[in-house]
Amino acid sequence: MKISTLFYTLKQGFKSIFRNKWFSLASIATISACLFLFGLFYAIVMNVQHSIRTMEEDVCVTVFFQEDVSDARVAEIGDLLTVRPEVSRVEFVSREEAWEWAQEHILQGHAEGFPTNPLEHFQNYKVYLSDVSMQDALVNYLQSMPEVRTVNYSQMTASTLSGVNLLIAYVSLGIIVILLAVSVFLISNTVTIGISVRQEEINIMKYVGATDFFVRAPFVIEGMLIGAIGALIPLEIIYIVYNQALSYVSGVFPYLMQRISFLPVEEVFAVLLPVSIMMGVGIGFFGSFNTVRKHLRV
Amino acid sequence: MSRKEEKRKQREKMIEENGLIYLDGVSKVYSAGAPALNGVTLHINRGEFVFIVGDSGSGKSTLIKLLLRELVPSAGKVWVMGHDVARLPHRKIPKFRRNLGIVFQDFRLLKDRNVYENVAFAQRIIEVPPKEIRRNVPSILATVGLAGKYKAKPRQLSGGEQQRVALARALVNNPAILLADEPTGNLDPKNSWEIMNLLEEINEAGTTVVVVTHNREIVNDMRKRVITMKKGVIVSDEEEGEYIDED
Repeated sequence: MKISTLFYTLKQGFKSIFRNKWFSLASIATISACLFLFGLFYAIVMNVQHSIRTMEEDVCVTVFFQEDVSDARVAEIGDLLTVRPEVSRVEFVSREEAWEWAQEHILQGHAEGFPTNPLEHFQNYKVYLSDVSMQDALVNYLQSMPEVRTVNYSQMTASTLSGVNLLIAYVSLGIIVILLAVSVFLISNTVTIGISVRQEEINIMKYVGATDFFVRAPFVIEGMLIGAIGALIPLEIIYIVYNQALSYVSGVFPYLMQRISFLPVEEVFAVLLPVSIMMGVGIGFFGSFNTVRKHLRV
Repeated sequence: MSRKEEKRKQREKMIEENGLIYLDGVSKVYSAGAPALNGVTLHINRGEFVFIVGDSGSGKSTLIKLLLRELVPSAGKVWVMGHDVARLPHRKIPKFRRNLGIVFQDFRLLKDRNVYENVAFAQRIIEVPPKEIRRNVPSILATVGLAGKYKAKPRQLSGGEQQRVALARALVNNPAILLADEPTGNLDPKNSWEIMNLLEEINEAGTTVVVVTHNREIVNDMRKRVITMKKGVIVSDEEEGEYIDED
């Protein structure tokens, strides 16, 4: 293909958007609506998952040891726990730290009646999990050790968090699939209407001896451009709305901001921007390519 | 001799022996009903000017569609410029059609492009360099008498002018054959004659011209070869013929 043909094809693709401005607007609006819903949903899901991850990071299992276990053995167990795959980190709390904590948080300055450390056998490990759904496995492992006296953990917190996580994964997958299916269906219909309006134009091109590529390329370029524009509009809106929502929530509900951590807009857009543009261009490409192909038999 | 050269020679031989357009016992049957064409055999030689006449439903349009390879015959063979058109693979059809100029009753111009663009389009698809397009298009527009209207959109032109644009588009690539399907069907007598005179000039310059028409006056005045069709068969084929009223 000659360079002049390539430029001509590209130019025709651009021009077509303006020649068929109502069709272009309808297509852009359709893609924008679908990708807006997708973007909005993505931002919400990302934030919910971020909050759950933050909560999961605080979930830990506390391990206490039998009185006759030596400090060296306790240290060995600490090393064994650190290398386990479901463990993200292990914090050792010495008997002194345990006593300090108890004085500060429980006795609150009324510790004069204790001449020695009553928590002599309360040195422990706080074991943080990388995946809360693995808590049961870890607890079983710990309880099977003869050196371990008690394992404290919250069954409900772990199961609720991993349940919510799973639910969000399924729901988000389902909604994304539905949104994509709706987008492709709407785009296919819009392009079909647009192409049928231009059936005569396609026929003329074919009668004059235009190749399939020559007929198809401007439509496909037009479809991809429409897809790209259709992706950029909702991205812009989501960017503004997201920032506005964050500053509104932090202004009106400062307490909520302390409890829940929201993702910064840049972090959401690091994935949303390329994915949305690829989806827009992809929908535009496949929608126009398939529809033009159906109408090429002249 | 290369395979390509051999094929070209075979096509030349076919044209030499049977004409530029050759239909050999061609029938076309649509899904239901009587055949649109029934065993038609026809030879049209290089440089001829031929009218194809007949009532509606006589098979004229089917004949044109077969020549354009828009349809394939149900039986028989259609040869155009030595090509067995039914056997042309899909990817070769565009190149084949570039040998044919086609003019329709309803002009079929690209409505959103101006006169220049409509004509230049035919050159762009065969990848003529832009410099040559800028030279060829004004020249052909001058030939059809539209040099001053190259910027006009089709809706700004009269029917006669639109048909001249269609003619310019059909001719700009120097086709060997010009097919005109009712080219004067939407025109008044004055414009009709102007178009026919242009077609005659084109024919005199060496292009084979096939005109499907209902226009009795033009057919009878021009004294060209006239092929008359009725119910899918050729009922007469006469040099310097006249429009025969079958009723």
